[in-house]
Amino acid sequence: MERSRREFLKIAGVSAAIGLGTGPVIEAVAAATGHQAAPEAQVAHHPEALKATRWGMVVDTRKIESAEQIERMVEACHKEHNVPMLEEARHQIKWIWETHFHNAFPSQSTDRISEHLEHTLLPVMCNHCENPPCVRACPTKATFKRESDGIVMMDFHRCIGCRFCMAACPYGSRSFNFRDPRPFIAETNKAYPTRMKGVVEKCNFCVERLAVGKLPACVEVSEGILTFGDLNDPDSEVSQLLKENYAIRRKTNLGTGPSVYYIV
Amino acid sequence: MLELALKGTKKYWGLLVVLGGIAGVAFLTYLYQLQFGLGITGLSRDVSWGFYIAQFTFLVGVAAGGVMVVLPYYLHDYKAFGRITIMGEFLAVAALVMCLLFIMVDLGQPMRMLNVIFYPTPNSMLFYDMIVLNGYLFLNIVVGWNVLEAERNGTHYQSWLKPLIYLSIPWAISIHTVTAYLYCGLPGRGFWLTAILAPRFLASAFAAGPALLILLCLIVRRFTQFDPGREQIQSLAKIVTYAIIANVFFFLCEVFVAGYSQIPEHTDHLKYLFFGLHGKGVLVPYMWTSMGLMFGAIILLVIPATRRHEGVLAVSCVMVFIGAWIDKGLGLISGGFVPNPLHEVNEYMPTGAEVMITLGVWAVGFIVLTILYKIAVSVKEENAGVLRTRVVEE
Repeated sequence: MERSRREFLKIAGVSAAIGLGTGPVIEAVAAATGHQAAPEAQVAHHPEALKATRWGMVVDTRKIESAEQIERMVEACHKEHNVPMLEEARHQIKWIWETHFHNAFPSQSTDRISEHLEHTLLPVMCNHCENPPCVRACPTKATFKRESDGIVMMDFHRCIGCRFCMAACPYGSRSFNFRDPRPFIAETNKAYPTRMKGVVEKCNFCVERLAVGKLPACVEVSEGILTFGDLNDPDSEVSQLLKENYAIRRKTNLGTGPSVYYIV
Repeated sequence: MLELALKGTKKYWGLLVVLGGIAGVAFLTYLYQLQFGLGITGLSRDVSWGFYIAQFTFLVGVAAGGVMVVLPYYLHDYKAFGRITIMGEFLAVAALVMCLLFIMVDLGQPMRMLNVIFYPTPNSMLFYDMIVLNGYLFLNIVVGWNVLEAERNGTHYQSWLKPLIYLSIPWAISIHTVTAYLYCGLPGRGFWLTAILAPRFLASAFAAGPALLILLCLIVRRFTQFDPGREQIQSLAKIVTYAIIANVFFFLCEVFVAGYSQIPEHTDHLKYLFFGLHGKGVLVPYMWTSMGLMFGAIILLVIPATRRHEGVLAVSCVMVFIGAWIDKGLGLISGGFVPNPLHEVNEYMPTGAEVMITLGVWAVGFIVLTILYKIAVSVKEENAGVLRTRVVEE
């Protein structure tokens, strides 16, 4: 025991002296003792997984005809993600919901907006910002931006429930589990985890569906109102739509860089 | 020195029993909150921080206010405050205990609290808040305790304490600055997004902290053999006067910027607080009360005759304390969240359970304060006794 410890220190000392990291030391020790270093963890990728470098969404408000269309999106999303139906308004959890133009765009609304926009409800959700204030505020990295595709995600198991992210989000896109949500889920979808009380949650651009080659649930039932794709790919459908139409984003003056666009 | 806390009058034990009772009931309420979730509070999706975080913010100020006796004594050699520095330091300890408890009761998953240390995130202001609050608690315990012990032994405090004492002065400023940064760095919260928030926090801290300290000095003089001293109380009163004027001045600067620029994102929060918005204004009477108390206190504190009269001064201090508490404890947090980012007005009021837990944390803080003050006052009494016998002998 004493001897092997001394040997370890010797190897460590030598490799430190010649400027090696600890990796080779551990390998050397492992080889010396007959153990092999564990192989690096492998993540299995679904062959049909949808990939992008920056996911984004375009909402074509011109195509919205009725509130039912948006309610269908809300229903699809909330069913998919086991979002509870809580009667108490204070405790409500919303991933995607409908609101008026002047609520979605408080500083961009004018007294004379088109009649269509004035009477239309818009879907709002997490904007998956390029520069997300919620991620900056989180003290545990429980909410983070996935560098590969820009989706702002939540680790429900790491969240301590301080709700700093809720104060930081300028879009009111985050909800907190003020009580155990499980008794209020009508039908649990086993493919997505339920949450416990005391953690924050929000729209995740359906990462779990993208991973198996499916579009987000809301997009699927949107009848063409929502288009989802890679904003960095000039040939993607979203890029084409944005090239041909004038679109606005929510509170761009704050420098957050939302990934959800609204064609008005 | 701890043994000094074990020998006390009936009044001392009675006070501890009452505070302990409140803390006990609050603890049971907290167990209920743990079991049910934060849904027992008045918090919501829109007002996601409330009474707990407001008390935390206010008490960081009280803790920082303790520096107002430490700084003149150690930096300006203002000897008179040497008598009461320990009271400032122990008040800071009690206030910080409450701060940390308020953060804990506000967490949705308190058992995961250590994630802040396991996954340190230097871009989060809460990370720094954890460091400065715990650091300041540590500094005040170490400095306060050792200086008091040296005083008891009739010796000079250890020389290694000196750097810690000097460090504690900027550290006091830092705790309230970082606490302001929790709020004022958030985009899209117009009410908080102002560079004057940290100075304003400090001004209200240096008013409310010393105001409480004056009241505690008066209580200590009344119930113990130790007299903190008239000059000390009067000097503190001047500090309170300047600080509360600065606080109101900073607030009026805010009102001017919002009111003259007339940018809705800034004016709406003030409108909500002072006049109500979209027909909702549950905080309106509180805010006007706060303003009335602070302005009234300024008048009573500025006029020398009323400031020098200790009875009136006590009233002024109560006015400052309550005024600042409403301003920071009720208005600042709710006012920042209402209207919400979608410009909807969803109001907040704490529930009974929330108030009970809050009272419990205050009770725990006052238990800590009572015990620490008991020790400090006993040491002072002992020393005075020794002096008296010496005088008689001579």
